[in-house]
Amino acid sequence: MNTIVPAAPPLTSGSSRNFRVAMLAPGALVTFVLILFALGLVLFLGFRVNDGSLTGAGFTFGNFVIVLTDPLYVTVAIRSLVIAGLVTLATVVTAYPVAYYLAFHAGRHRGLLLFLVTLPFWTSYLLRVFAWKIVLAYNGVLNSALLATGVLSEPSLAFLNTPAAVVLTLAHAYAPFAILPIYVALETIPKSLREAASDLGARPAYTFRKVILPMSMPGVLAGALVVFVPTVGDYVTPAMVGGPASTMIGSMIQAQFGKANDWPFGAALSVSVMLLILAMLLIVRFADRKFGSRT
Amino acid sequence: MSARANHGGGGGWLGVYVLAYLVFLYLPVALIPIFSFNDSIQAAFPLKGFTTAWYQQLAGNDALTGAVMTSLTIGLVAASIATLCGTTIAYMDTHCTSRLAGIISGIARLPILIPGVIVGIALLIFVNLIGLGPSRTAIVAGHVLAGLPTTVVVMRGRFASIPKSIPEAAEDLGAREWLVFWRIMLPLSLPAIGSAFMLAFLISFDEFIIAFFLAGTEPTLPLYIWTQLRFPKSLPVVMALGTVILVVSIVIATAAELLRNRGLAGARIKPAAA
Repeated sequence: MNTIVPAAPPLTSGSSRNFRVAMLAPGALVTFVLILFALGLVLFLGFRVNDGSLTGAGFTFGNFVIVLTDPLYVTVAIRSLVIAGLVTLATVVTAYPVAYYLAFHAGRHRGLLLFLVTLPFWTSYLLRVFAWKIVLAYNGVLNSALLATGVLSEPSLAFLNTPAAVVLTLAHAYAPFAILPIYVALETIPKSLREAASDLGARPAYTFRKVILPMSMPGVLAGALVVFVPTVGDYVTPAMVGGPASTMIGSMIQAQFGKANDWPFGAALSVSVMLLILAMLLIVRFADRKFGSRT
Repeated sequence: MSARANHGGGGGWLGVYVLAYLVFLYLPVALIPIFSFNDSIQAAFPLKGFTTAWYQQLAGNDALTGAVMTSLTIGLVAASIATLCGTTIAYMDTHCTSRLAGIISGIARLPILIPGVIVGIALLIFVNLIGLGPSRTAIVAGHVLAGLPTTVVVMRGRFASIPKSIPEAAEDLGAREWLVFWRIMLPLSLPAIGSAFMLAFLISFDEFIIAFFLAGTEPTLPLYIWTQLRFPKSLPVVMALGTVILVVSIVIATAAELLRNRGLAGARIKPAAA
């Protein structure tokens, strides 16, 4: 082992290039074809006239004009934003103390707790939504519990098929998404900063408000984003527990590719949702920078 | 040390809150196994009596067996492709300085920022354009995209935790890039590859939103459940089926977590021992 090893022969560029091509090929194929090209197709189809064929006929802005001017779609878009916004707010606010506990108080239970809060993420989303249907139904768990305890004299219809049921179910279904980014942000705050604040006489609440909260904002924003994106386009939860008054933009996209059979219009709706998400991204990035510069 | 000091103020109440949060997280899901053993069509308290009848109805159901086989096949193929792509993308991104590798790695994590419904319709348009149409292959494509961000993130974390000195030493000793990757980096990251594969399989196995658009004549398990949910009479059987799926998912997720931790523990020990 101690003998002098002859210097490595210069790598032949052929072998090196083969390696690169072979290693980049699978990823390039999937990302460029299945992601970028497929998304490009959606954008293309959004500008086509629906004639029942796959690629439509002729270019038009008509689909987007309808999306922007028809009160139905404007209402549904605003409702989706409000529901997704409420879900995001609820998830982040309830997740923050859990992430805080995990980062600063959990001690030797940290690994187990982290696993427990992320485990639901890996179980069936459909089953988690279905569970809420069992809870909220007319002859469901909540009603039978309230009847048994005498709070209600007859089952209430007010739980299922309401926008509130959608918010509750989505907040539960996406709860684990927000904890991890916030936890990571809190965990990486240097201990010296917290100690310095308390050495200089800051009370815990003041330290939290002036040091910990601003420094954890990037995690909060990342958590908000990963909850907001899937909820704004959800169509399963509105269909299961929402009723007609909770139709969301995802349900409308699904309908265009199903019953309504107007793919170009569905594509235009999808492009609009992506633009909404892009706007959120830019806001988050702007906010990120603001908090980043403060620290 | 400071963790212990913190326990005095605030930590206690926060601990109670975390417990309550976990109860909220698990209680609704726990109802599914509870009612799967309940001798009643209605999912309501008080419980009527213990029965395993709903589980017995699961056996000998051809439509269900077909859906299970479809889900397993799609899950294994999609997880294999997602793991292959995730591993190569993450390796090129972390250990080779190439702008293209960085761009690919960025796009591969993009599906996190696209709602499932849009991934579903984008691929629906795509598979129709190339003449494939809704089919098992189409669902595989969708589930590769669904699993890709996870496999890339898991593998990036693993490759980044391997000290650069290890592949550099191999290169100094004359190993070509293939040899470094195949004989050194892959064996070192084997637990993470297993973890990434299992997580990608779970994502596919439980995925509904994308598969809904891409399914041909053979439904996956979640799609089969979706059609059964329309019939109130079949709800107890759905809950028995759901319980089995929950147990399988939890076992695989636990195994993946243990594998990932073992890989990380190994990474911490090795440089110290060297």
